[in-house]
Amino acid sequence: MISVEHLSKSFGDHLVLDDISETIQEGEKVVIIGPSGSGKSTFLRCLNLLETPTKGTITFEGTPITDPKTNIDLIRRQMGMVFQHFNLFPNMTIRKNITLAPVRTKLMSQAEADDTATALLKRVGLEEKADSYPAQLSGGQKQRIAIVRALAMKPKVMLFDEPTSALDPEMVGEVLEVMKQLADEGMTMVVVTHEMGFAREVGSRVLFMDGGRILEQNDPHAFFANPKEPRTIEFLSKVL
Amino acid sequence: MGFWESIEATFTALRTAQEAIPFHIQMLHDFYQSFVEGDRWLLYLKGLGTTFQITIAALILGVILGILVAVVRTSHDQQRVGRRNPVLGFFNVICKIYTTVIRGTPMMVQLLIMYFVIFAGTRNTLGVAMLTFGINSGAYVAEIIRGGIMSVDPGQMEAGRSLGLSYVPVMKEIVIPQAIKNILPALGNELITLFKETSIVTVIGLVDLTKVAIQIQARTYQALMPFFGIALVYLVVVMVLTWLLGIFERRLRQSDKR
Repeated sequence: MISVEHLSKSFGDHLVLDDISETIQEGEKVVIIGPSGSGKSTFLRCLNLLETPTKGTITFEGTPITDPKTNIDLIRRQMGMVFQHFNLFPNMTIRKNITLAPVRTKLMSQAEADDTATALLKRVGLEEKADSYPAQLSGGQKQRIAIVRALAMKPKVMLFDEPTSALDPEMVGEVLEVMKQLADEGMTMVVVTHEMGFAREVGSRVLFMDGGRILEQNDPHAFFANPKEPRTIEFLSKVL
Repeated sequence: MGFWESIEATFTALRTAQEAIPFHIQMLHDFYQSFVEGDRWLLYLKGLGTTFQITIAALILGVILGILVAVVRTSHDQQRVGRRNPVLGFFNVICKIYTTVIRGTPMMVQLLIMYFVIFAGTRNTLGVAMLTFGINSGAYVAEIIRGGIMSVDPGQMEAGRSLGLSYVPVMKEIVIPQAIKNILPALGNELITLFKETSIVTVIGLVDLTKVAIQIQARTYQALMPFFGIALVYLVVVMVLTWLLGIFERRLRQSDKR
């Protein structure tokens, strides 16, 4: 579904991603872990071109998205993204947050989008918040809304950039629960996270990144039970 | 005999008799000469009208120029590296020169140059004043707007773009409405500064509120009443503006309620 070839990214002289090649299949739940500064967020953000790669190509369902002639907006409509800091639009109600993109991109009429928003909000248990503003919600609620906002575009893949890192510990569970549900429904997911429990339970593949490279990858059980690289062992010993 | 006539009669009588003039008689006499005699208050009103005309015209021109410059500057800066538009780059340089020159030279010098050099020989002094203040204000408004747009969390632009919206709708629906909240207090300050700064149009001979006071001082030898009088007028107008802006800001803060 997404194939990445020889992807490199540098900020000035600082090489953040170093020649990464990777393929993500439809239905996979890829969990990316690694120490901070390892390039995992940058890698994720390159997948929908929020960061422009310095070198390499990324192909999404046969379309080379790194080609300057590709209309990136059309690709992004099929890739939902959830941010660490939620990034809800504070000047709009929750309903407007969710319906803005589907309506403005002519994916749905306002009425259809409203129905979709109501249905999705019900699913995450926040239907009574439709007319609230983001400032009135807790962090966990905001992040669930952010997931709903991305889902309203009916994306084919969801990218999660440390979705629980900015949350109070007691709110992490409710967000992971929604993500788990989404995984169970077969959504293709790429998740950058520090939640090892989530990686083990939901992930279909774990990538360990360090120094801008994917050092090691495996299915979650083998990965956590038998890490091979010394750097992976060291990292897991610190976080588990 | 009316009130003012009796005051003037008392004042003249005391002065002829070379007696000490009581404070309140002196003040009332000064007031009479500065504002009442020959309906002089009408002159102040006309002067204030000119001041308002310059302020409003300059504000409108300044905001239009400011938005244009701010849009050029921010959209230039937000282009993706390696995909810069040369036309936008050209306009960006023009805008940079404009803000640098205007903000780097005194308003009075700009006014003198416009009136005595660029539009030398024109009879439309008011037009020159409006234009000069508009151009001046535009440079400041541009920086205020640019600052306001840049103060919006970049995550907002990213979130909008990640949903597949293109640059313009994200700006229009998400970034600008949030920027306005940040911009408004500074823009209000700019309006107040502009209103007060217009008093330097006296150097090109335009009869605004300040010039009226100067003229009346020349005619009556009264300084205290005319100058305190116009100071009070400026102050009251500024207080009204501040109050109106406060109301406007509170309405914009609706979505911050918890």
